[in-house]
Amino acid sequence: MTHAGRAQPTGGAAAIAEAIARGARSPQQIVDDTFARAHEARAGADGLNAFLWSDERVVRDQAAALEKRLASGDAGPLSGVPVVVKDNIATLDSPTTCGSRILENYRSPFEATAISRLRDAGAVVVAKTNLDEFAMGSSTEYSAFGRTKHPLDARLVPGGSSGGSAAAVAAGITPIGLGSETGGSVRQPAAFCGIVGVKPTYGRVSRYGLVAFASSLDQIGVLGATVDDAALALQTIAGPDPQDATTRDVPVPDYRQALTSLDGVVIGRPREYYPEQLDREIAERCDRALEHCRALGATVRDVSLPSTDLAIPVYYIIAPAEASSNLARFDGVRYGLRVADDGLRAMYEATRSRGFGPEVSRRILLGTYVLSAGYYDAYYAKAMQVRSLISRDFTAVFSSGIDVLFTPTTPTPAFAAGSKTDPYDMYLSDVFTVTANLAGIPALSLPIGRVRGLPVGGQILAPHFAEQRMFGVAQALERALGSEADR
Amino acid sequence: MSISLDEVRHVASLARLGIGDERARIMATELTSILEHMQVLSKVDTSEVDAATALAQPGMRLRRDQGPPIQLVRPPASFAPTLRDGFFLVPRLATHEDPEPAP
Repeated sequence: MTHAGRAQPTGGAAAIAEAIARGARSPQQIVDDTFARAHEARAGADGLNAFLWSDERVVRDQAAALEKRLASGDAGPLSGVPVVVKDNIATLDSPTTCGSRILENYRSPFEATAISRLRDAGAVVVAKTNLDEFAMGSSTEYSAFGRTKHPLDARLVPGGSSGGSAAAVAAGITPIGLGSETGGSVRQPAAFCGIVGVKPTYGRVSRYGLVAFASSLDQIGVLGATVDDAALALQTIAGPDPQDATTRDVPVPDYRQALTSLDGVVIGRPREYYPEQLDREIAERCDRALEHCRALGATVRDVSLPSTDLAIPVYYIIAPAEASSNLARFDGVRYGLRVADDGLRAMYEATRSRGFGPEVSRRILLGTYVLSAGYYDAYYAKAMQVRSLISRDFTAVFSSGIDVLFTPTTPTPAFAAGSKTDPYDMYLSDVFTVTANLAGIPALSLPIGRVRGLPVGGQILAPHFAEQRMFGVAQALERALGSEADR
Repeated sequence: MSISLDEVRHVASLARLGIGDERARIMATELTSILEHMQVLSKVDTSEVDAATALAQPGMRLRRDQGPPIQLVRPPASFAPTLRDGFFLVPRLATHEDPEPAP
């Protein structure tokens, strides 16, 4: 089956829910199909290593409970839709490890609001997926449980940190996956794997049950095989939550309301996202996508976001600073790993050095350094000020009549595993994505074609809480691109 | 600028991270390299930006730090490394003795 001209092995989330609602398929049949696809794609440790946990008995229990609901006439918008969930989002019926030894086998005593909302809508969680440890990474190579492989070429990375969910959706196992975004961890793997990835506005989706990395940046995001799959998923999990006081009570409009025309839409092309050294073929793909937008009636204007080149230094001060504070809770006292040692302090140090991997340790040290006496003003306070400048850039552009911005999602296609040995070189993978997190605005990546046989993504950025506009443009572009997105 | 080995050890101590000499040497090199990239920020004019309100941007808001209680489906005994009478046990601070095993 195809959707928007692209291959869709699952048939799409809306079609699954519709087939379930009219009784043409049963949840157990959908589970059968999903496990068959997972088996074929070798989603486990002996293959893609996308799944950290998947227990068929637990999944079938969910399907059986859903069948009882359906029998009483209680069908939801995601009835029977299989979803995969990044393993830093708390679930009650499976471990939540964050890809870390320090939480190996940990089972949360509560469930994330996003998961509760998916289950209420009828979705079936079929797997917890691999990630860079505590979501710190851009390749899913930093998982304590081995790297996830790219579905098209096992030598490549799928991106990260939500690489397990992205690989599973790209492999056609499920139409929807949950990931988390701190600096691009949904959009970057979506671009690398040739699927759709969405970071909502900060405050749009509850962070309750998302294990904290950098609290002023973190958001749960969605991965979809198509824009419609992603829209349906975000529609389900968005909205205020009393358990997360940073969520906003802003109406959630219909994200699936497709635009057939882009008449009157003004798209900004920020020149800082198209530097001379950008991969020429990626730039060509972006230009081609903008040509489609023009053909649909949009106006494209060159704009400037002058603080863009400061985003990576700002991000890699603020995110590690917040991480060093958030990860202080993993000390062997209340949950997770404890390494017995002689005395309390020695226990702390032994537990944390054994439990955390090299990238997490690096970021904790970096964060502690920039927050320490004598360096706070020079690094953290300065970064917060420059963050404000980056945010003002977006405010100014969106106030000047620009509806959305269009950029490449990443500077390169998927890279080879083990090829980035310099930590800062890895950080540069996020150069086009971190700005949206720093400014708190929504952003979406969709496939716009292939470069040297590998998928590349185009990114649409919108003002705060303008996800509907972002999805509308994305759906129109997806339809116009058709199968060109996979070529 | 250059991060010294002693600075790495000091920061590791603040972060309660055990770190050996070899690892500390690697971290000194890596942190120095990473922080060199951050120096660009020192040249940015931020005189018009108040650091204290830098976070108060659209999409974010100040609010009371409170919420409904978290309902635990599993008791602490199911996830705590060691627990006795509802308290988390830790090694003794002064005597360096391990706590007695729970009866």
